Amino acid sequence: MKRPLLLTGTASGVIACAFVLLNSLPGCRPSGTTKSVVTGDAASKVYVKPGTHDEFYNLVSGGFSGQLAVYGLPSGRLLREVPVFSVDPESGYGYSEESKGMLTTSHGFIPWDDSHHPELSQTDGIPDGKWCFINGNNTPRIALVDLGTFRTGSIIEIPNSAGNHSSPFTTGNSEYVVAGTRFSVPMGDDASRDVPIKTYKENFKGNVSFIHPEPETGKMSIAFQIVTPGVNFDLSHAGKGPSEGWFFFSCYNTEQAYSLLEVNASQRDKDFIMAVNWKLAEQLAKDGKGKRVPGKHHSNWWNERTHSSETTVYEDVLQLDPKDHPGLLYFMPCPKSPHGCDVDPTGKYIVGSGKLAALIPVFSFEKMQKAIAANDVEGDFAGIPVLKYESVLHGEVKKPGLGPLHTEFDANGNAYTSFFVSSEIVKWNVEKLEVVDRVPTYYSIGHLCVPGGDSKKPWGKYVIAYNKITKDRYLPTGPELTQSAQLYSIDGDKMELLLDFPTTGEPHYAQAIPAELVKPREVKFFKIEENEHPFAAKGEKETKIERRGKEVHVWMTTIRSHFAPDNIEGVKLGDEVYFHITNLEQDWDVPHGFAIKGAANAELLLMPGETQTLKWVPTRVGVTPMYCTDFCSALHQEMQGYVRVSPANSNVPLTALTVSVDAEM
Amino acid sequence: MRLLKTSLAKVTLVAGFAAITACGDGTASTPPGASGPPGAAAASEEAAPAGLITAAEITLGEIDQAMVEKGKATYDVKCQACHSTGPNRVVGPGWKGVTERRKPEWIMNMMLNIDVMLETDPEAQKGLEECLVRMPNQGLSKDQGREVLEFMRTL
Repeated sequence: MKRPLLLTGTASGVIACAFVLLNSLPGCRPSGTTKSVVTGDAASKVYVKPGTHDEFYNLVSGGFSGQLAVYGLPSGRLLREVPVFSVDPESGYGYSEESKGMLTTSHGFIPWDDSHHPELSQTDGIPDGKWCFINGNNTPRIALVDLGTFRTGSIIEIPNSAGNHSSPFTTGNSEYVVAGTRFSVPMGDDASRDVPIKTYKENFKGNVSFIHPEPETGKMSIAFQIVTPGVNFDLSHAGKGPSEGWFFFSCYNTEQAYSLLEVNASQRDKDFIMAVNWKLAEQLAKDGKGKRVPGKHHSNWWNERTHSSETTVYEDVLQLDPKDHPGLLYFMPCPKSPHGCDVDPTGKYIVGSGKLAALIPVFSFEKMQKAIAANDVEGDFAGIPVLKYESVLHGEVKKPGLGPLHTEFDANGNAYTSFFVSSEIVKWNVEKLEVVDRVPTYYSIGHLCVPGGDSKKPWGKYVIAYNKITKDRYLPTGPELTQSAQLYSIDGDKMELLLDFPTTGEPHYAQAIPAELVKPREVKFFKIEENEHPFAAKGEKETKIERRGKEVHVWMTTIRSHFAPDNIEGVKLGDEVYFHITNLEQDWDVPHGFAIKGAANAELLLMPGETQTLKWVPTRVGVTPMYCTDFCSALHQEMQGYVRVSPANSNVPLTALTVSVDAEM
Repeated sequence: MRLLKTSLAKVTLVAGFAAITACGDGTASTPPGASGPPGAAAASEEAAPAGLITAAEITLGEIDQAMVEKGKATYDVKCQACHSTGPNRVVGPGWKGVTERRKPEWIMNMMLNIDVMLETDPEAQKGLEECLVRMPNQGLSKDQGREVLEFMRTL
């Protein structure tokens, strides 16, 4: 190996382009500097005048950040990053005594996850602006973000699952959100789970879970799980209109490979879309036809009255086995390793995007029903009927591009599909299966999003591309570059690129909703009268300090711009100090921060009317400062205090005081 | 848990005598061009800006002890952190004698309509210049505001 073969980027680019040319397709990545494809008036279409609001909220997954990012559209301005699955020392989420519980699971405290798919709650098949669900892919979980507060309202763990990717897509009235196993695993008791990996075919199972969010509170529980053959589930969507009551999941690895999947799970020319009759499943569950099986899991809920998490631990879960219930599951063959599984607004068509296929198959729900009625099957897979491909197919979009991933829709019968390999969005007509327009993305688009694009009534107007690669699009920032979103107008016949904007973490899927549906819900502050936190101090009169053995509890308040108490003495080495801090403000946008030197956990950020607790363990004798970290007023720099820490054997009395301005001279 | 100490009064003195009596308590020197008693609308014949409570809406009778109690309860939760019941300023001015310095409708509007007051009322604006912290809207109902006013009358 004197002269190792260097396959440079250019070389591989040539190869790929050659391949694309052979396929007579456009869209290899443009090389060198990108030519501007933006027309002159694009700027005015995305300009949101200072002091005015964006028209849409864009809720974008953070991917490996574990969080949910909120942007305005058309401006692309980042408005918030909502902490969901990952701790956030900036706000104290996952660190404060109250919020730690949100991240507990049967595996203990899990301070991170990988969040992929935001999904807005729906009423009558239309996003209603109440909640945004998002999945945790790694330690299988679903979170619910309350769009009144833009905070995480509840998180449920999914048992008997490994990898939660085809999630958390919703039914038309958010009766259920779903979770499917990305990785099938052996289930059951210890002996059933301790099996050789090569026994995948016999021992590994998948399952799909139907999770019910309580409409009033947002508390989540698992209504039922359906056991499936061992495959990988990728994405899913609920039926609507005529297909209401059904759910569709894309599956890959029907080869049931357990090693080197990139080769071994790409052998068959078709995998499946799995159709689930969830109305039937619901009935079976109600009729007591399911079995309760072991499946320990946590359901964590944020109580806005007590400003604390509440955890319910479930030991088991209701499971339905399709072997016992014919008609529950059907497979439809789908070329090849499908990713997206998208139902058009009419509910008549299901689009499978086989990421390794050079076509897009569109299935007809009506034909599927006929095939089921006529038992028009080509066999079974692990006991589940496989319907005949030709019998359930509406048709195929031929040679649309390379690497189709995911499809959204407008209200005019058009579909928009992302193509990862050829870096483009292709617009096509759902009825006619004809490509009508295509536009390049920069680069390697994953998911895309149309406002309301997976619902019954898309608002349309834009399609947003979420790109994995941004080489040369932004100022470089070392080895890691930002990932990005690109906003295109879809108002005209031709898609028109308007704007690039950088994103946090890795955007996978996203949702967009008119701001008018969300803004009226906004909580401006928490009413102090309604604060039921057991350590709340509703007014400075209720501030105090108390020793309970080695624990010192401080009831403290904040208001512009002082702490009460702000002088604490009598704390000793070996004590654990709990600062229970209530923000007395009753005005919008006036949080206070709380930080103390040497805090090994985090700071706190307290919303108006809220109480949160920071545990602090002093490590040395002396006077320790504390201060407010969130600029609150012209006297913010004066917002500080001191804690005196004495040796373990000291007799300094425990006192907490704020010196009155009316004290006599 | 509030221990009284004597040191902080000195801090106030550092800021000078004006600070003790100013900060919107109306005893500071009248700004040029202003006329009429402190706390009055810029000119009494002008109508109050829309939405503000007018003098006609407030009746002051004998001190109503039940209202005073309710007003004090609201004060403890929502006002006390910034206003002492004595003469000295914490964040905002001390309340001692405030009802002798200010008209009742001015006080009520400072509690209930602070944004309009800071936009239109020279005395409110002067207070902000001195205190440098906007009086927050604490979300009081009109009744609660009236009860707090009753409590102020006892100070």
